[in-house]
Amino acid sequence: MYRYDEIDREIVDARTAEFREQVQARLSGALTEDEFKPLRLMNGVYLQLHAYMLRVAIPYGVLSSEQLRTLAHIARTYDRGYGHFTTRQNIQFNWPKLVDIPDVLDQLAGVEMHAIQTSGNTIRNTTTDPFAGAADDEIADPRPWCELIRQWSTVHPEFTWLPRKFKIAVTGSPEDRAAIGVHDIGLKLVAKDAGEIGFEVHVGGGQGRTPRIAAKIRDYLPANELLAYLTAVLRVYNLAGRRDNLYKARIKILVESMGADAFTQAVETTYRDIRGRELALPAEEIERVSSYFVPPPAGAPDEAPSNDRAFLTWREVNVKPHKVAGRAIVVIALKPYGKAPGDATAEQMEAIADLADRYGRSEIRVTKEQNLVLPHVEAAALPSVYEGLKAIGLATANAGRPSDIVACPGLDYCNLANARSIPIAQAISEALEAAGLDEKAGEVTIKISGCINACGHHHIANIGLLGVDKKGEEVYQLTLGGIADGDAAIGKIAGPGLSANDAIDAVVTCVQVFADRAELGETFIDTLTRLGHEPFKEAVYGA
Amino acid sequence: MKVITANRLADGRVVYFTAEKGWSENPDDAVRLSEADADATLTLASGDVLTVVGPYLIEVDSSADTFRPAGRKHVRETIRQTGPSAGSTRALEGV
Repeated sequence: MYRYDEIDREIVDARTAEFREQVQARLSGALTEDEFKPLRLMNGVYLQLHAYMLRVAIPYGVLSSEQLRTLAHIARTYDRGYGHFTTRQNIQFNWPKLVDIPDVLDQLAGVEMHAIQTSGNTIRNTTTDPFAGAADDEIADPRPWCELIRQWSTVHPEFTWLPRKFKIAVTGSPEDRAAIGVHDIGLKLVAKDAGEIGFEVHVGGGQGRTPRIAAKIRDYLPANELLAYLTAVLRVYNLAGRRDNLYKARIKILVESMGADAFTQAVETTYRDIRGRELALPAEEIERVSSYFVPPPAGAPDEAPSNDRAFLTWREVNVKPHKVAGRAIVVIALKPYGKAPGDATAEQMEAIADLADRYGRSEIRVTKEQNLVLPHVEAAALPSVYEGLKAIGLATANAGRPSDIVACPGLDYCNLANARSIPIAQAISEALEAAGLDEKAGEVTIKISGCINACGHHHIANIGLLGVDKKGEEVYQLTLGGIADGDAAIGKIAGPGLSANDAIDAVVTCVQVFADRAELGETFIDTLTRLGHEPFKEAVYGA
Repeated sequence: MKVITANRLADGRVVYFTAEKGWSENPDDAVRLSEADADATLTLASGDVLTVVGPYLIEVDSSADTFRPAGRKHVRETIRQTGPSAGSTRALEGV
């Protein structure tokens, strides 16, 4: 893992001290709420329905065991004993007191963490493949590049007041697990025949009220020119992006209004002016940052026979192949049946940190599916990891299965939401368990958003629910056919809005149709493509 | 009828404006306001900038002891009043 240098430490310490003074100024009346609000948002502090919410950055979703233990301590000491892992590979605390937040930030700074740029119209935390550095199909490890983007974008003076927030995702594998198609900038590591690596660049994707799939604007960018090219994209956006209308301010609207060709031309012109100069990354700097991300040594293979059917099922579903012999990737689904997706208690976080220390080189990842990952488990230790997870109620064999549901906090917590998400997810999860559909159905994604901002990623769900407010009542729109990764696609609305209970039934019905009609090895999208939307719509809405 | 609600500055908790011109976490303490009194009382409550953030009026159905949020925002205000409903599964019509 990357370790802070002096510059990182100074930035975080200075910001933490500054925020302590700003909180004091607000409490004393020296700052009004209007003056204070943008300052707290720049430090990840929102005011939600019941309390303040603190969003903590987890750089490209990578955590050390020490950091996870600190998050557990914060959950226990300053919150209500749990944290909520988000689709942006971050963690949110739903109950901290404003007066305590400076102390929380001190605790975070002690383990090289912070909440800077987790809100506001800045470059947000870069996200990547949660299997980075471990995936067996990887062309190159995306983490050094994410780290270089992090260092470049942190309190970047030119890009602190963009027209709107800005999200970058990087994938190092041909099988995109970072949803690069729905990011402001999506970067895909590619290799030339000679083995030289670079980036395919996609721009203008996003979800929210205007979902768009990013346009590919460059087939190959030399890797050492990454920061110059990102600067060019951001500079064009910063100058030409709309600031008069909040809903038309994202880069996707600019790309669409200019046209992808004209936008690309503008970026290339800007890039020509700055390439090969101070933003060109020296080989030794790339090497230095890459040296923090060494692959693990080979491990002992998993040779012990097991008759434990539950363990074997879990291994089949939640364990993924690793590129290093004798290692395995373990997905810890934070989706026990009937529980809130993405929530982990302090005790669970501590137990996972212990498992990471004992069996997984002290490293944990956060996924956009609101799960955790132990990326480097020694294969021989899989039974022990399974037992450890079982003891904390997190050994459900459902990673990538129907009940691996994504849900935003929704109207139970969020000030922007129109409808609840979490109770809907819980009810669907229980119904899927009761019907045995995790076992009967193949690969399908279910995602729920409580408003059009789409934090629950419903647009890119195979089966999506969007909560809307219809004359004061919660109504849910069902969408089918969205795809998050690879050839990303936006789901299509299946029919009229549904009540909460009907929406729950509708999702379970769609999974049932999939289970009944899928051919061997088909994913939901395969079946939907083969059959069309009608059989699913008919089952939900009637002929 | 209407009541005034806000979030407390120091900890963000949901509070209601009381007849004693203070703030309480207990909804039963909320002063119920007629349409005629609501705006003037909100102006008064909004001056308390060192105690609360963002006071606003909500519509309620009021009884002698307590109130139930009403109107278009009744689901949101009921969740603010009673806490997150996560875990209630099928009992969603309860709000």
